[in-house]
Amino acid sequence: MLITCPYCGPRDVIEFTYQGDGNRQRPQPASQNLDAWNAYVYDRLNPAGDHNEIWQHSGGCRAHLRVVRNTITHEILSTEFARGGHKTESRS
Amino acid sequence: MSPRRAETGGRIDRLRTIRFTFDGAAYTGHAGDTLASALLANGVTLFGRSFKYHRPRGLLAAGVEEPNALVTVLRGEVREPNIPATMVEIYDGLVAVSQNRTPSLAWDIGALNQLGGKLLSAGFYYKTFMGPVIGPLKGTRFWMFCEHFIRRAAGLGKAGTAPDPARYERMNAFCDVLVVGSGPAGLMAAKAAADQGVRVILADLEAHFGGSANWSDEIIDGMPAADWAQRAVGQLEGNDNVRLLPRTTVWGYYDGNTLAALERVTDHKETPAKGEPRQRYWAIRAGTVVLATGSFERPLVFPGNDRPGVMLAHAAERYAVEYGVLPGQRIALFTNNDSAYRSAVALKKAGATIVAIVDVRADISNDMRRLAGEAEAELLDGHAVIATEGGKALTGLKVQRFDALSGALSGDERSIHADSLLMSGGWSPTIHLASQAGAKAEWDPARQAFLPPKPTQRWIGAGAFTGSFSTAEAIAEGRAAGVSAAGGTAAPAALPTVEAAPGDPDPAPVFEIKAKGKSFVDFQHDVTAEDVRLAHREGFVSVEHLKRYTTLGMATDQGKNSNVPGLAIMAEALGKPIPEVGTTRFRPPYTAVSIGSLAAERFGDLKPERLTPMHDWHIANGATMYSAGLWYRPMIYGLPGETIEQAYVREAKATRESAGIVDVSTLGKIAVQGPDAAEFLDRVYTNMFSTLAVGKARYGLMLREDGLAFDDGTTWRLGEQEFLMTTTTANAGKVMQHLEYFLDVIWPELKVTVTSVTDEWAGAAIGGPNARAILASCVTGTAVDNATLPFMGIVHGRIAGVPVMICRLSFSGEMAFEVYSGAGYGTHVWQALIEAGKPFGLVTYGLEALGTMRIEKGHVTGAEIDGRTTARDLHLDWMLSKKKPFIGSAMMDREGLIAPDRLELVGLIALDNRPLNGGGHVVEELDEDNPHDSLGHITACCYSPALGKYIALALVKDGKARHGTRAFVSDPLRNRFGQVEIVSNHFYDPDGSRMHG
Repeated sequence: MLITCPYCGPRDVIEFTYQGDGNRQRPQPASQNLDAWNAYVYDRLNPAGDHNEIWQHSGGCRAHLRVVRNTITHEILSTEFARGGHKTESRS
Repeated sequence: MSPRRAETGGRIDRLRTIRFTFDGAAYTGHAGDTLASALLANGVTLFGRSFKYHRPRGLLAAGVEEPNALVTVLRGEVREPNIPATMVEIYDGLVAVSQNRTPSLAWDIGALNQLGGKLLSAGFYYKTFMGPVIGPLKGTRFWMFCEHFIRRAAGLGKAGTAPDPARYERMNAFCDVLVVGSGPAGLMAAKAAADQGVRVILADLEAHFGGSANWSDEIIDGMPAADWAQRAVGQLEGNDNVRLLPRTTVWGYYDGNTLAALERVTDHKETPAKGEPRQRYWAIRAGTVVLATGSFERPLVFPGNDRPGVMLAHAAERYAVEYGVLPGQRIALFTNNDSAYRSAVALKKAGATIVAIVDVRADISNDMRRLAGEAEAELLDGHAVIATEGGKALTGLKVQRFDALSGALSGDERSIHADSLLMSGGWSPTIHLASQAGAKAEWDPARQAFLPPKPTQRWIGAGAFTGSFSTAEAIAEGRAAGVSAAGGTAAPAALPTVEAAPGDPDPAPVFEIKAKGKSFVDFQHDVTAEDVRLAHREGFVSVEHLKRYTTLGMATDQGKNSNVPGLAIMAEALGKPIPEVGTTRFRPPYTAVSIGSLAAERFGDLKPERLTPMHDWHIANGATMYSAGLWYRPMIYGLPGETIEQAYVREAKATRESAGIVDVSTLGKIAVQGPDAAEFLDRVYTNMFSTLAVGKARYGLMLREDGLAFDDGTTWRLGEQEFLMTTTTANAGKVMQHLEYFLDVIWPELKVTVTSVTDEWAGAAIGGPNARAILASCVTGTAVDNATLPFMGIVHGRIAGVPVMICRLSFSGEMAFEVYSGAGYGTHVWQALIEAGKPFGLVTYGLEALGTMRIEKGHVTGAEIDGRTTARDLHLDWMLSKKKPFIGSAMMDREGLIAPDRLELVGLIALDNRPLNGGGHVVEELDEDNPHDSLGHITACCYSPALGKYIALALVKDGKARHGTRAFVSDPLRNRFGQVEIVSNHFYDPDGSRMHG
């Protein structure tokens, strides 16, 4: 599996660390809504198909990337910095 | 001259004689021979004994699919078992031995198993050794008794025990077009792609490129096919954009068009050249793959089809044309399709007598009748072979009239005298890689074969792989595939012309001749047609279950010959068409792969070592090192004759009485910088950092998002926007990743950068009543008195001319200072401190004394912050700010995390004055035989020189309420039981007067 890091280009997956489901929404820091916190900390989507994920280029520039990956084919559809910008589309 | 080698012909180098041994006997062959062709040339017919029945077996094939002739190759002490003799290129000094026979191949005691043939049918093991015990000869115990003998009797080669001294390499390769297979289709594809200027890799598992062109006897572009192939390879060799990989098996097709291949670099050489690895593992990332992997000829299933001398028709043709070896002098053929006629003609040309062609079909085309005539063979149309005769070599066969539609035999049996019987049951495209790539094969009723599925990854098929079995089609498809894979458009140039024997690619749908006797489907695992039917009778419907019950296709050849015949027989038993029975998915590897090649250079101890700047000094000064994660840290600096306990007690005692120094360079250090650095720290720590004054440090605690304790350490404010965070040694990497995640993903608006600076700083902690005096005697540029350097204060100065940063903080509970310098000056500063400490009796101390003093103080480390404890459990709730939210603040008050019966940190004192053990349990009632009802467990323990007692830290249910009460330790594993007193975790100097000074 190759992930295209916007800084470093296409790199092998062994350089990256999976940092989980990218759909999670962290509640406002002061929020006391325990259900929302519970969903954020424990609930994960596990779709068979396109999935939003966070990957860190831990063996490279250490940036966190938002990656859309097909969990069936392992095709990487797009990558962008988690901070935003520099989106790379892979699927034509 | 060898008994079976023809006088002329073949593509071997007759001028070069090569000497080798097989089962101890010396043989010769020629350069270009495989072990199989060389032994066959020497008249050897018996190559191995079968897996279960120990039946004598000879060569069935000439290539990678060979199921019978498996040998073990010996190189010095190293043995490599289960290699097909057809894939071993001979070299001077080659030592090969046969397998699965006792005491010898010719006289094998295991052949007695044939007498018990009915007993050893499918499911023998399940039926005999599993299920209820009835009498003495059944059940798992019986299996335990028999296993040794069965394992000896059934099986293949033995693995060696000697370490493999060979070197292996791993390569990553990138190309636009990877062509797998170098027959006419593969060569055309590689040439066409290369002409488009893209990067091409051409891989073939054989030693010589050319595939079927090397033995087909066809004419391409007016020259023998083998010469044409050689010319094409020559043209590719000259190209910079082409990499040729002979002897390279592409064995795995993975996601993202990544393919795995094994190159056998020196297995065919007597001595490898300097620097050459034995094998090379290739990870190839290909833009597009051209699969030109050809096809396998199928055996026919009939009684005695495994007798030595029964061979696939094309294999015999190959031995004759490529190696100049005839498998027999009087050859009969048995076929359900046209391709065997071509083989008959080729063998006739090579000098054999073709006694008969037995064809299951009644209507034979005129073209085939003409070829039979050319071979001077008697044509027995509408006939089938019903038996073979002979022992370790074939002597004859029996035929009978056969109706291809009903499968019925009729008329009189007729015997034919022959020393070789060649069979052809049609052809199966080699679709393994396509199947691995993800899609399901499709049954083609005309070809009676599974054809490759629609691509699910970027590959294009060409030639026999697609079911196009003629060379002309292979050439056309190969070029089209190569052009298309390179992203070009088809060139108008004329294709090479082919002169080949005629032939219809479609066989008659006949797989099995049902007659009396064992008819083998899977030769390597000894699975017969009757075994398949037995599985059906016993209720196995799914092909996957059939496979596991009979072990059909599960031997080392993975059913390369047997899958389709096995399915056909199962389909007939079920009364269903073959596509409804389904096929099993092929999985990597295509052929056996050495573990060495996968490991390549990555073997032995792969852990990197992290050494502190003062490491060499520690070693030179008697430290016993201890590995803590990747780090090496001094455990003790023992004196001659001292035990570990004596050493750490001495070190800790001396520190509390005068002064001690310890290397703390391993602590994680992270520079947190930027306008929002203070705000960021407020969010990640449970306590406040924005209120911290510049030049001061503060102890901080981090929680995880779920509210459990994560890590602790001190963070120093070096400037308004600059902090130096320290973490525990073990969690340095995790904390860094945690901070990066929040800055990148959660709070990208914060203007903060974090940088790991662990390796930039050397750290020494010096503590004890005389610590300040020692510093005062060697530090310049700053005072270190209480006013200038109060508790948690930071000053900058110099030691021995080197800039240092000193923070007054204490882990030992003594008046203590952490002295940081640039890592390159670590030893210089350390030595200066040691020198300055001499008048004061300064000792160096290691991890054991460090641990002892922290246990005495009741400080927590990773043993207590174990991912299950909360700040409250550790009595750190005073650090939980109520003025701000922080990571974990919302979740830390959940019901289960504030429950009254949680384990809390306490101290234990052994009342029997014996050492306690980490992991030992704390109980109210001591019951050595039946330990029960744990209150908690010990996390750390030591002998406390300050208390003169054996003490421990423990996590105990309702711990605080138990202070002053008694309990027991229960440690049945180490047989340690005894009474303890539960006390506060702050054993020593609870009000901190010593460190505040």
